[in-house]
Amino acid sequence: MKFLNTLLVILLGVSAFNTPLLAGPAEDRGLEIAVEADRRKNGFGDFTADLLMILRNKQGSESTRQLRSKNLEVEGDGDKSLTIFDRPQDVKGTALLTFTHKTGSDDQWLYLPALKRVKRIASNNKSGPFMGSEFAYEDISSQEVEKYTYKYLRDEKLDGEDMYVFERYPVDKKSGYTRQVVWMDKNEYRERKIVYYDRKNSLLKTLTFSGYEKYLDKFWKAKNMNMVNHQTGKSTTLTWNNYRFGTGLKTRDFDRSSLKRAR
Amino acid sequence: MKPVVYILQAVLLCVTLLAGKPGVAGGWSGNISTEWLAFPKDALSSAQHKSYLSFALDPEYYNEWDGGKISLTIEPFLRRAQYNANRTHSDIRELNIGITSEYWELTAGISKVYWGITESEHLVDIVNQTDLVENLDTEDKLGQPMLDLTLVGGDLGTLDLFVLPGFRERTFADVDGRPRGGLVVDRANPVYDNNSEDRHIDFAARWYQYLGNWELGLSHFHGTSRAPELVLTPTGPFTAPVLTPVYHQIDQTGLELQGIFGAWLWKLEAIRNVGFANSPYFAAVGGFEYTFVLESGLELGALMEYAWDERDDAASTQFQNDMLFGTRLTFNDVQSTQVLAGVIVDLEGGGRSYNLEAERRLGESWKLSLEARGVFNVNPGDFLYSSRRDNSFRLTLAKYF
Repeated sequence: MKFLNTLLVILLGVSAFNTPLLAGPAEDRGLEIAVEADRRKNGFGDFTADLLMILRNKQGSESTRQLRSKNLEVEGDGDKSLTIFDRPQDVKGTALLTFTHKTGSDDQWLYLPALKRVKRIASNNKSGPFMGSEFAYEDISSQEVEKYTYKYLRDEKLDGEDMYVFERYPVDKKSGYTRQVVWMDKNEYRERKIVYYDRKNSLLKTLTFSGYEKYLDKFWKAKNMNMVNHQTGKSTTLTWNNYRFGTGLKTRDFDRSSLKRAR
Repeated sequence: MKPVVYILQAVLLCVTLLAGKPGVAGGWSGNISTEWLAFPKDALSSAQHKSYLSFALDPEYYNEWDGGKISLTIEPFLRRAQYNANRTHSDIRELNIGITSEYWELTAGISKVYWGITESEHLVDIVNQTDLVENLDTEDKLGQPMLDLTLVGGDLGTLDLFVLPGFRERTFADVDGRPRGGLVVDRANPVYDNNSEDRHIDFAARWYQYLGNWELGLSHFHGTSRAPELVLTPTGPFTAPVLTPVYHQIDQTGLELQGIFGAWLWKLEAIRNVGFANSPYFAAVGGFEYTFVLESGLELGALMEYAWDERDDAASTQFQNDMLFGTRLTFNDVQSTQVLAGVIVDLEGGGRSYNLEAERRLGESWKLSLEARGVFNVNPGDFLYSSRRDNSFRLTLAKYF
């Protein structure tokens, strides 16, 4: 399997070099920014948080989702995460375990509490909406540097602050996007706005981040993430509460057996 | 059922001890549901009806202490059914204490365990008895008393060891119940291979490992077969014969193999069973599920599975040489609308059965489900022939709390 993977990486690498996107100064600058932003996010170890999602349709009627998220940093690979569903009540106890990988598809298991069944799921459905919201799985999963290629666009002020503006292009063909334009502040390398373009390269969604707070004197986390879908007029507000770092989570808290205890 | 009593006592003792420990606030969740089961065709028997109403309560209490290292789960279940007295039943689905450490987990009490990966048939799954009066899909299970020790070995995989004291008999529909086969199963007079009958202590073990794109499970069960052999028993010169459930002592070895390649999930379940008349016999079910997402967010899954049973027509199952063609639609909308539809084709007899399950959330805490099941193109001699009048619709409205 390892040999196959290596071969695949080489093949992908070769095909990537054939595209004109890579290896210009703008591309180097874009990657540089992304690597620095990632470096500043590294070293958190583990964290937990509570999530509140408010889904709004065009008419303004609302629907609520409540989740809990546990995350573990993995040395040399993507993070492990466990998402536990609390609301709506009919999905209470459902849990999603994800092993993110820097390259290749993520591994995902879904726990269905009524049957006590742990189900491996194909993780290629990353472009699908998460719980009926305007967030796709790929928007909220661990953002590894290797999942995109980059291109620096310009410097710009947003709300009076200096920003880097760069584009990123998903490496995975199953992504729902051709490109994303990212506004990142120069001071702290925090995402402030992301504009998503669909597979036809039409404007699809805008995500804005607000209420950044610093944890462990080091890690910036946005309290609010607001995603607006320009094509449907729907929106979703995702609020993160009770961020806790260094909770002592271990690999064991992210295995198949742990899914059953995920309440 | 003496061992069960001991376990219950042990669990209650633990609960009493734990009650003194400070823990997170435990809580109840679950659902109350009303179900309407309708049969458009007249029944085979005049005792049966065309419409059945019922009501079910399925609450669950969960609490944990010491950062989740100790947990308590209680899940009683209750159904009140119109007609079909066998369906009016209650059960303790779960009543157990869980203890977790870094290298092992222990569950003591009544619990539910699911093994397997395929959709058309659940071949390997054997720990819990099927609560067949709930649904013919064999996915509703009776609570099983157990001691379950899980050894977590990292790269060596996970080993689950079970001691299963006490046996639960399978539930079957009453004379006026539907759906049921042509003959009534005489639940009151089961026959056991073993003298200890339903007090026999069974053992099971399962090793499970995940290696990148592959998942492998190997299991063995030694004890009382969950599926009884149904033996035709005369009751008198002028009365219909009944089916006597005969519970054999068996040894069943199971294999689960799953490969994940992008959008493809390849699945295989196989068993070797010793203990029935023509033993050993082999059975297997395997196939794939292919999933893709449309731009609208609609997720489409295509399923195909082939099921085979060495016993062929002697098999007490529909799945002896059959093919399932199915599709799963996940709308990914706010109401979490889902549809699962499938047809199972008998490759020998030509009989077909269909199954449609659709569900949608109403508001924030209600769910409406529709299930349509039935058979067509069945001939005398087919396993499904006695089900020919039992095409059904099941409408369930559940309130979750």
